[in-house]
Amino acid sequence: MFFSNPYPLTPDLIQFMKQQGMTLIVRTITRLTVGFIMLFGLYIMFHGHLTPGGGFVGGVIFALAFVHLMFAYGKRVALKKFSPSSASIAESIGALLFVSVALFGIIAGYFFINFLPVGKPFEIVSAGTIPVSNIAIFLKVGAGLFSIFLALTLTTIITQKTENTDEKIKL
Amino acid sequence: MADIKFYLPLFIALPLSGAFLVSLLGKKFKVFSYAVTVGVCALMTFISLSVYFGEPMLGVVTYKMSGWPLPYGIVFVVDALGLLVLTMINTVAFIVALYSIPYVKRYTASWKYYTLYLLMVAGMNGVAATGDIFNLFVFLEIASIASYGLVAFGVEAEELEASFKYMVLGTLGSLLFLLAIGFIYALTGTLNLADISQKLPLIDAMPKNFIIILLIVGLGIKAALVPFHSWLPDAYSSAPAPISAMFSGVLIKTHGVYALVRILFNVFGLTQMTSGIFMFLGSASMLIGVLLALYQWDFKRLLAYHSISQIGYAILGIGLGTPLGVLGGLFHLVNHAIFKSLLFLNAGAVEYETGTRDLSKMGGLREQMPVTANTSLIASMSIAGIPPFNGFWSKLIIIMAAVQANQYLWATVAVISSILTLASFLKVQKYAFSGHSHGMFEKIKEVPFAMMAAMIIFAFLCLLTSLPVVRERLIIPAVNALLDGRYGEKVLAADKK
Repeated sequence: MFFSNPYPLTPDLIQFMKQQGMTLIVRTITRLTVGFIMLFGLYIMFHGHLTPGGGFVGGVIFALAFVHLMFAYGKRVALKKFSPSSASIAESIGALLFVSVALFGIIAGYFFINFLPVGKPFEIVSAGTIPVSNIAIFLKVGAGLFSIFLALTLTTIITQKTENTDEKIKL
Repeated sequence: MADIKFYLPLFIALPLSGAFLVSLLGKKFKVFSYAVTVGVCALMTFISLSVYFGEPMLGVVTYKMSGWPLPYGIVFVVDALGLLVLTMINTVAFIVALYSIPYVKRYTASWKYYTLYLLMVAGMNGVAATGDIFNLFVFLEIASIASYGLVAFGVEAEELEASFKYMVLGTLGSLLFLLAIGFIYALTGTLNLADISQKLPLIDAMPKNFIIILLIVGLGIKAALVPFHSWLPDAYSSAPAPISAMFSGVLIKTHGVYALVRILFNVFGLTQMTSGIFMFLGSASMLIGVLLALYQWDFKRLLAYHSISQIGYAILGIGLGTPLGVLGGLFHLVNHAIFKSLLFLNAGAVEYETGTRDLSKMGGLREQMPVTANTSLIASMSIAGIPPFNGFWSKLIIIMAAVQANQYLWATVAVISSILTLASFLKVQKYAFSGHSHGMFEKIKEVPFAMMAAMIIFAFLCLLTSLPVVRERLIIPAVNALLDGRYGEKVLAADKK
């Protein structure tokens, strides 16, 4: 028929879907690269006030490293490294850090004022509160993006009736 | 007493930090989550109310974020109108938070409720206090996204459907508003409200009118004016009752009416076209809202349609553009925040005890629930416009202003809607609280103390706001601030100080 499913759920396919993660090649490459991706995220975050990028971009790269891990090894391995509750805690701490940087500014005169010493330009410890805010945004965005991805995967339940199987397949 | 300038950033910083503290610690310590919520809301109510007990605030107060001057930096601006809205938001939020303590205990993960609640309050405070149009959009989205979550808090099929519908239409409204901001930025090259108001006279009428239409449609969806109202009855009737009270009491007012009126009056300046659209939309909302409410049997759905109708009154009054009309409109906004929140809390109390929202299944509840029945009687008389309650005075002013402005048609519509409102609330009183009980609810008793206290405070406020001193101290300075054509100059001058 016109709307028929081109990929019917055969028992082989079900077995393949139940198996967590991907092939050996993908797993090996992921194992080698995932640490470098995280390191790159941290680099982007710590140099946020010097080069293009910052807390948001660093956080996205860091979260994508975990997403990468989840694709290659399946959900269980990724969740063991970074559980939803620790993501929630990291997210809250990031947001609180950001608000408190802004609130400490009130003591120095204005909300959000840069109250730390500015230092020399183009040095890693410079620009006052900007690196601190970058760390806060990094925590918030990294944990937040990973939580969004988790929320999208955790609730995926596909029910499909086929000719031979009548079971619910939980991805 | 208090210098509002120092406290202005706290209106955003306090609820935000409260929200993240609750999300960090609320899971472990249940008491902490609602203690923080009630404490933060009480503190903000105290700050905003304490301004009224000092010197009357006539001018504009600005707060430069991190000390950058206008038009480069982002500012918080508060004048009499902003202060009125801030006071309204925080007072209602405090009383509703009190009511939420026993009500939310029946849900699992109640700390999530308090986190979202504080985020919503932060977003609304931001809308009321900001002086930057893009910041206004960001705060509007913070509050909207928190409210999508709160509508779906019960996670039943009905609630998820309502939340999805609200999300689609709310996002459409935000999108149109963002488009309008994009056009404004393209034409004027600035995002600061005061700076925009200085540069707009140089722009042609044609693109300006297009922006006005975009703003009216985008923010009209948020305000649930009649052609754009379809999300509201579903969202209100399926949200938890305290959230319905917050939505109807303050959310649609800050998102829809305040943002719309601030931009169109103070930045663009009221034109004949805007005034005509306002009056037409207001009258249509008034009449169609109340007609749809008449045949509802679901208690909260009936109240939701009345929200549309009452917002129509406020929009009609403000759209008249005369000082008397704007006074009536703003006064009705404040009054509606009080009595409609009270009515939603009553509906929630009835649902809390009986488990139903169907009016035909209730009956004779006055004997078991005297506090709920009597406070709902006061609120019904307020909304129907019976003296000496507050609703009577604001409706009277609006109708008088319409007659004075020679808008006899709209005045007639307002009178007819008022009579139909009375009829509809007679139905509520008869079927829910008077009459014979069906024998199903013999064993129920009055709601817990915190819920009773919240309803009694609102009932007292219904009487208190009808005093002339409220009109003189709160509303008239706000009317002057809204009709003052020199908003931009004042803000820029206050910033130079």
